[in-house]
Amino acid sequence: MGSSMEEPVIDCRNLWKIFGKHADEAMKAVQAQGLGKLEVRDQFNCVVGVQDATFTVNRGEIFCIMGLSGSGKSTLIRHVNRLIEPTSGQLFIEGQDVNTLSARYLRELRAEKIGMVFQNMALMPHRTVLDNVSFSQEVRGHDVRERRENALRAIDAVDLNGWDQKYPDELSGGMQQRVGLARAIAADPAILLMDEPFSALDPLIRRQLQDKFMSLSAEMKKTTLFITHDLDEAIRIGDRIAIMKDGALVQVGTPEDIVTNPVDEYVADFVAGISKLELISAGKIMEPVEAFERHSGPFDASDWPEAHPDHSLDDLVNLSISTQHPVVVKADGKAIGIVTKNALLRGIQGDVEDASTLKH
Amino acid sequence: MADKEFNILDPFSSVDLGLAESADGVKQWAISNRGIIQPIKNFFNDLIVGIDNGLNAVPPLIMLVLLVLIAWQAAGRRVAILVAISMTVLGFLSPNAWGLAMTTLAIVISAVILCFIIGLPLGILAGKNDRFETAIRPVLDTMQTIPAFVYLVPVVMLIGIGNVSGVIVTIIFALPPLIRLTSLGIRGVNASVVEAARAFGANPRQILFKVELPLATPTILAGVNQTIMLSLSMVVIASMISVKGLGNEVLRAMGRLDAGKALVGGLGIVILAIVLDRITQGMGQSGRERGHRHWWQTGPVGAVMRVFNKT
Repeated sequence: MGSSMEEPVIDCRNLWKIFGKHADEAMKAVQAQGLGKLEVRDQFNCVVGVQDATFTVNRGEIFCIMGLSGSGKSTLIRHVNRLIEPTSGQLFIEGQDVNTLSARYLRELRAEKIGMVFQNMALMPHRTVLDNVSFSQEVRGHDVRERRENALRAIDAVDLNGWDQKYPDELSGGMQQRVGLARAIAADPAILLMDEPFSALDPLIRRQLQDKFMSLSAEMKKTTLFITHDLDEAIRIGDRIAIMKDGALVQVGTPEDIVTNPVDEYVADFVAGISKLELISAGKIMEPVEAFERHSGPFDASDWPEAHPDHSLDDLVNLSISTQHPVVVKADGKAIGIVTKNALLRGIQGDVEDASTLKH
Repeated sequence: MADKEFNILDPFSSVDLGLAESADGVKQWAISNRGIIQPIKNFFNDLIVGIDNGLNAVPPLIMLVLLVLIAWQAAGRRVAILVAISMTVLGFLSPNAWGLAMTTLAIVISAVILCFIIGLPLGILAGKNDRFETAIRPVLDTMQTIPAFVYLVPVVMLIGIGNVSGVIVTIIFALPPLIRLTSLGIRGVNASVVEAARAFGANPRQILFKVELPLATPTILAGVNQTIMLSLSMVVIASMISVKGLGNEVLRAMGRLDAGKALVGGLGIVILAIVLDRITQGMGQSGRERGHRHWWQTGPVGAVMRVFNKT
């Protein structure tokens, strides 16, 4: 989406978080001797939460961090608004190092620039929906009428009109999380932090909320850091995905990158069960025209179905379902590659290498 | 004692550290510092006498109606009926029972107000700070378990007999549960809600007043309820240092072996305890449990509001 603008809004550099009484000594030992997670645990009785995390999130981009529970993703996201102090490393928001901010400016940053949604909603049970949503503006001391207007607009954006005078416990789980979302966007912050926002919801409601979030996000173009343990969700929502394991980011890339080029076994295992139909494009699995001609001789593609390199496997299946011919991939009116049925089937399996070099 | 020969098997009886004597020095100090203590004493005495005079100035029937209305507002119709019956019985116990009950109520109210002023900040501090909690816990244990007669004497020496001493000994006994339950309430607030408040830019004061205290209120009110009950249980002991009221009736009856008078005083205290307990318990319950949201939507205020809204 906005990744073309290439302006980092969140810039995280070599961030470490070690929990424990002797965290600073452990940190020094890690830097000097390159200790691993287990050695830190045994020698210093400390737990490594985040290991050397480096990433940037560009303006308007949705950056997903995917990892299992205990991988440190919730710890990492809390460094962005400094709910947790790093042991070492820096985190810049729009060029400003968050960890050098005074308490006052930090509160200003939290209230006006960053909205956060929590896995367990964390709504205030003694406040109405309206008062929950306008909380960040209330603590900034904004004018009552103005904050009411902003809150009602946010409540409207998540389709909860008419519920503003209700209390959280009168709402269903899905509605409560929409209140959480409204609270995060009410002050119109530049950045959204989503800490597994939809994990506690049942699958149908989760799907609805993902759709709602994506449509809102397309409209508002907020820079978003999105935490999830669900790779399907990360792929659906993220412009880029980082896979986190044991506190370290093991791979950062577009969903297509991750699915087609997993860096190690761990990522490959994750990706194995993912449907590739929407992720892999014709350009990835096509065989170049020259290579095709080399083994199959010249061909006449006049009645072959045509596709664009950006078309997904799903589109290719639709194109080739009614014909015996391979699909010809054209860019600017010129044939650049061929996708045979065999290549398409391999592609659906996610085997991109094999698909484009298939023997026929 | 000290001239006894030292015996290794019984080392205690031969050593005299003189603790009791030095504690007695409090008396000397109090006598030489009258000037400082007197104004403080007068201030508290005025507070207590003011409340007492106020309560006794209201004609009993009007006071009864007021109490019933307060009970209705705070705890609902059933409790209001209970309060009406109980207070009527109390009034008919003996011709002077009502006045004595109001005097006792004044002492209890003064003690509870002071407990609240002292206990709430200490409780909040204990809830936020583990070290303070650890430090204050043995002090609270001592306050609750040490026999009242132990501090009755030094308090009387410092301040003299009367209402002020009565309120002070009552505070010593009744304060601990309020501190404990305030701390418990603050600690019981959902940490993720507090985190959310921080994440949206609230400062520590805003977190305390907008999140922690409102959410801890039911627990704090349970503490207030306990404090009131313990205050009432102190009225007889307090009457030994010349505090008037129902407790004094019991004490005098004891001296004269007058069972009838003792019963009147005792029943009066019990009725007062039931009434105060039910009212404060009702306040502790959330409105949701009683089927409404805000206190002004129910009780006499709710009824008046509905009439106004119709016209």
